[in-house]
Amino acid sequence: MFKKILIVAFVTMLGAGITGIKSSPVQAAGDVAHPASQEWTTDGLFGFFDRKQLKRGWQVYSEICASCHSVRLLFYRNLQEMGLAAEEVKKIAAEAEVAAGPNEDGETHNDGELIVRPGKAFDKIVSPYPNDLAARAANAGALPPDLSLMTKARVNGANYLHALLTGYKDAPSGFKMSEDMNYNPYFPGSQIAMGEPLSDEGVEYADGTKATVDQMAKDVTAFLIWAAEPELEDRKRMGVKVMLFLIIFTALLYAVKRQVWAKLH
Amino acid sequence: MSTPTWKNPIVQWVDHRLPIVTFLDHAIVKYPTPRNLNYWWNFGSLAGVILVVMIGTGIMLAMNYVPHTSMAFDSVERIMRDINYGWLIRYLHVNGGSMFFICVYIHIFRGMYYGSYKEPRELLWIIGIFIFLAMMATAFLGYVLPWGQMSFWGATVITNLFSVVPFFGEAIVQWLWGGFSVDNPTLNKFFSFHYLLPFIIFALVFIHLWALHTHKSSNPLGIEVQGDEDEIPFHPYYTAKDAYGFGVFLIVFLGFTFFAPNFFGEPDNYIEANPLVTPTHIVPEWYFLPFYAILRAVPDNFVDIWGILPVIIPAKTAGVIAMFASILVLLVLPWLDTSKVRSAKFRPTYFWLFWLFFIDTIILGYIGAKPAEGTFLLIGRLATAYYFLHLVIFMPLVGKYEKTKPLPDSISAAVTAGGSDAKEGS
Repeated sequence: MFKKILIVAFVTMLGAGITGIKSSPVQAAGDVAHPASQEWTTDGLFGFFDRKQLKRGWQVYSEICASCHSVRLLFYRNLQEMGLAAEEVKKIAAEAEVAAGPNEDGETHNDGELIVRPGKAFDKIVSPYPNDLAARAANAGALPPDLSLMTKARVNGANYLHALLTGYKDAPSGFKMSEDMNYNPYFPGSQIAMGEPLSDEGVEYADGTKATVDQMAKDVTAFLIWAAEPELEDRKRMGVKVMLFLIIFTALLYAVKRQVWAKLH
Repeated sequence: MSTPTWKNPIVQWVDHRLPIVTFLDHAIVKYPTPRNLNYWWNFGSLAGVILVVMIGTGIMLAMNYVPHTSMAFDSVERIMRDINYGWLIRYLHVNGGSMFFICVYIHIFRGMYYGSYKEPRELLWIIGIFIFLAMMATAFLGYVLPWGQMSFWGATVITNLFSVVPFFGEAIVQWLWGGFSVDNPTLNKFFSFHYLLPFIIFALVFIHLWALHTHKSSNPLGIEVQGDEDEIPFHPYYTAKDAYGFGVFLIVFLGFTFFAPNFFGEPDNYIEANPLVTPTHIVPEWYFLPFYAILRAVPDNFVDIWGILPVIIPAKTAGVIAMFASILVLLVLPWLDTSKVRSAKFRPTYFWLFWLFFIDTIILGYIGAKPAEGTFLLIGRLATAYYFLHLVIFMPLVGKYEKTKPLPDSISAAVTAGGSDAKEGS
């Protein structure tokens, strides 16, 4: 009996230890406001992508965020996997200009101008700035981070993004703001270079959903969850099957073990 | 043990020239094993299985990974996004690393609880510590490869530790870097070593098994096997028990892999390495945290307090020495433990000391994840002091003065015929 208690204590402590370790960076960040937990369709064992929401999220990203933020790890073809029709993807890609590469004369530039062609589905989604320096120059020295992995690259990423996008406030009296900065209690240091990006009716959703700030923040975050983990749905589906198999298989192995050892007692 | 005769003519032909079938028969089929091993004895074979998983997935990852500072991060993302089932292979590898350490830590604590390292198994234990050291090196090197922020800054912190080596410190660090900071030559070198070390671990595992099979497994009672009635053949008894344990292990391992693949990771490592931006808190992977806490526990004015060799041992050096000592001291554990009785089952005082030591390492792990300041630092220092106090002072003293409980006459007497430990082997 005592041994069992110890085993339980061991496992509990191991769990507590790991959980403590996990939660530590959040606390370590100091006086940052804690983001409220939202419901995401991608949560849980049976998490999935809401394709309509991803399309709305892409719309928010491409109409608002994309003016400063890249998603440099994504290709236009990925948007088809996300749920857009092939024709739509072609159209979106064709609106972008990509480097056409050397022409028959081996030239990449014509009179100092880059030779471009319309984008294709196999191209990477074109970033708003050619490089980090250009991005800083256009944003008063601040660098808008790439968003391809954002939900994985921040603690509690999805909830954090939603809280950040909806969390803009007036700075409390006495709080010393730097020039060109905006108050946001969810951002480390509470000052963020990015101005409040979302406002009600900031986009007009094709599916008629009312474009509130909260709705747009949720949609674009859902899109970014997909952008960071496009395999999420496949992964969880496969996981459920694997778990079902393993539980049955392990139960069988336990029965075999009991059977074999029965001879000994 | 008699040499079996094989009926199958091909087996017979091969075995006559290369007795591999006889060897396997001795090593994993008829191999005599104490009849009372409990489930804590599963973790050695589990660690062996996960090593194979790590090598397998690692070889596949290496086919698509590019060890160059400008391409490493993107090549890992390409594996995640564009390689067929690349995400599965990488997440198996990433979580496999954590599972490997969980298994090995349980395996080490099991050895400590049951006194498995005692005569005549001292070398078996020492080889095990070398495997642990090689694992730590491999894990550290591997963590650098995706070239995220923690990869880069972790590599910077850890390689800098070697600068404390007297006279050669700077030269060693520059050699590790292949230059004057962590950069492309470092990444190339680390990739090469990360591919090499697992095979050295593999070889060490075979030496570990060689030593194991010389004196056979210890057991929860810690008394020697006295006759055939104390033993059972490895197959089918322990093959069946290990297989069941493997099933349970897979549920945990794959549970993380499929449903929380980044649970053990740091979000910062999904940000590409940037030598110009230092993360707020540089935190190593969870399995290094207790040692990281010890590293940072040594006060800056350590030398002033103790007034010893102030020229040769500056504060940073003392921290590094403490960290390495915390692992190396385990090598002499078989001699620090003076008790004649192996198992904590019959050692009432050591029983509590063991659990205090276990809790101490958990506390150290917790502190390792916290910033080294204020109360955290104080707790870290106390826990570090206790770590060494336990191993260097308590272990020898307790062994001398403890009044142990009477040992059973034999394994079979204790575990069969309704003895109090009858359930031990079930």
